[in-house]
Amino acid sequence: MEIVISLETLFSENMGPLLLKAFVVGLLTAICAAMLGVPLVLKRYSMIGDGLSHMGFCALAIAAAFGVSDDKQMLITMPLVVISAVVLLLLSESGKIKGDAAIAMLSTGAVAAGYVIYSVANKGAGDVCSSLFGTSILALKSTDVTLSVILAVGVILVFVLLFTKIFAVTFDNAFAKSAGTNASLYNVLLAVLTAVTIVVGMKMIGSIMISALIVFPALSAMRICKRFKSVIVVSALISAFNFTLGLVFSASIQFHFGHQVSALPIGPCVVCFNVFTLLLCIGVKAIADRVKGKKAVTKGENA
Amino acid sequence: MEHKVLISFEDVTLGYEGQPVIEGLNFTIEKGEYLCVLGQNGSGKSTMMKALLGFLSPMTGKIQRAPYLKKNAIGYLPQQQPSQADFPASVKEVVLSGCQAKKRFCPFYTKSDKELAARNMELMNITHLKDRSFRELSGGQKQRALLARALCAAEDLILLDEPTAGLDPVVTQELYALIERLNKEYGMTVIMISHDLTNTMQSATHILHLGRRMLYHGTVDAYDREKILSEERKAGA
Repeated sequence: MEIVISLETLFSENMGPLLLKAFVVGLLTAICAAMLGVPLVLKRYSMIGDGLSHMGFCALAIAAAFGVSDDKQMLITMPLVVISAVVLLLLSESGKIKGDAAIAMLSTGAVAAGYVIYSVANKGAGDVCSSLFGTSILALKSTDVTLSVILAVGVILVFVLLFTKIFAVTFDNAFAKSAGTNASLYNVLLAVLTAVTIVVGMKMIGSIMISALIVFPALSAMRICKRFKSVIVVSALISAFNFTLGLVFSASIQFHFGHQVSALPIGPCVVCFNVFTLLLCIGVKAIADRVKGKKAVTKGENA
Repeated sequence: MEHKVLISFEDVTLGYEGQPVIEGLNFTIEKGEYLCVLGQNGSGKSTMMKALLGFLSPMTGKIQRAPYLKKNAIGYLPQQQPSQADFPASVKEVVLSGCQAKKRFCPFYTKSDKELAARNMELMNITHLKDRSFRELSGGQKQRALLARALCAAEDLILLDEPTAGLDPVVTQELYALIERLNKEYGMTVIMISHDLTNTMQSATHILHLGRRMLYHGTVDAYDREKILSEERKAGA
């Protein structure tokens, strides 16, 4: 095996525009996922992202079975995933089924159904693999770019204009309700935005990988920030940085096995960088706590 | 309705999906009262509280609110939630979030919101903690921050759900003293759900004892503890 690192693809004439497209779509969805991840993780809803992304796999299978072309498949995946987001939320809010059980059922059920549908439609393992772990950036269309721009503007506007409400329903749903905030409305809004983010992002990042973009940056940011606002901003920055790293990494490193050349997929690369960041943040936090603890001890001794 | 009456329950039955949980609620809450709600688990305390907050409509009977008591003017201090244990927020952010009840649509907190929050933090002796992270506070400090938030939402009435659960005796006494001060000095009407009979008997003015029905409502002085407790045991058997 030979590892070839070259930045040529980044600047080559035929790959340049494609990479730019991938950069815009990926960066924007990574930022949206990271921002939405903060309230989801804090509300103990982080599994919602996971449930929805498995549902996304099933939806991709249905689109593939009907032979829907790449640029139209969102007409099928978008409504399916958005509807399951709302159903999941209402189910867990009504208390009839516990949220984690609802999501576990949806995840496994959807993946099983998706795989069956792929098999019935006589699609090969390649299709299954690419819908789980992300396709090549060659499949991105200009509709993906438009959608990701609309999504990003929407998510950022919601977070700026409704910041106080999002804080209130995240921190204490019962209090927010008692104070007259329509908590269910904001919960549904967050779930629907998450669903849209997953649908827009899963084509490139992969349906299984996309939910990692929801939890990892939020968890990393929570380790090092103390305020809600700064957690959201830092989460978005971490996610943007890791996506960029992942994209450059996967575009510039190739593995040569004799005559066979294989490149790294983007999705898993981005997720790996996010895992490293979380470990780093946990480490930084542990060191900071220890230093603080030592200071407190010496203070105590002096007093 | 008399001017002093804030909320009245008239022959109210509460329950879920056609199953009554608590029946025969007949009482009024007047301005300036300190009402302590007692009862065992499953007695209907939390169901009654949901009705007070307007989350639940009565199956039969009527709940009336004084016209000047705005729909969301109850400052609510819910039971402690495990998800708040690691929540990244400054004390100031938490207290300010009580102010959002008052505005229809405004994305930011106004100057008067910030002044209100500052005043209530002062009242709860947590001004020095305002930039600290909520998750780093002690149990008593957390409850004081949440009480300050409730005060931002409430003008006349606060509703506290087991505010001293999990606190050590000294901190519990401090919190009771603060609540009593709100009631006596500031004329805040207080409704408190509690298991802690001995402590609440000292500062409350009225008692509402529930056990699937109304076992007692009246002043603390007229409350015959042994008689009600034996009734509660009978009802439970």
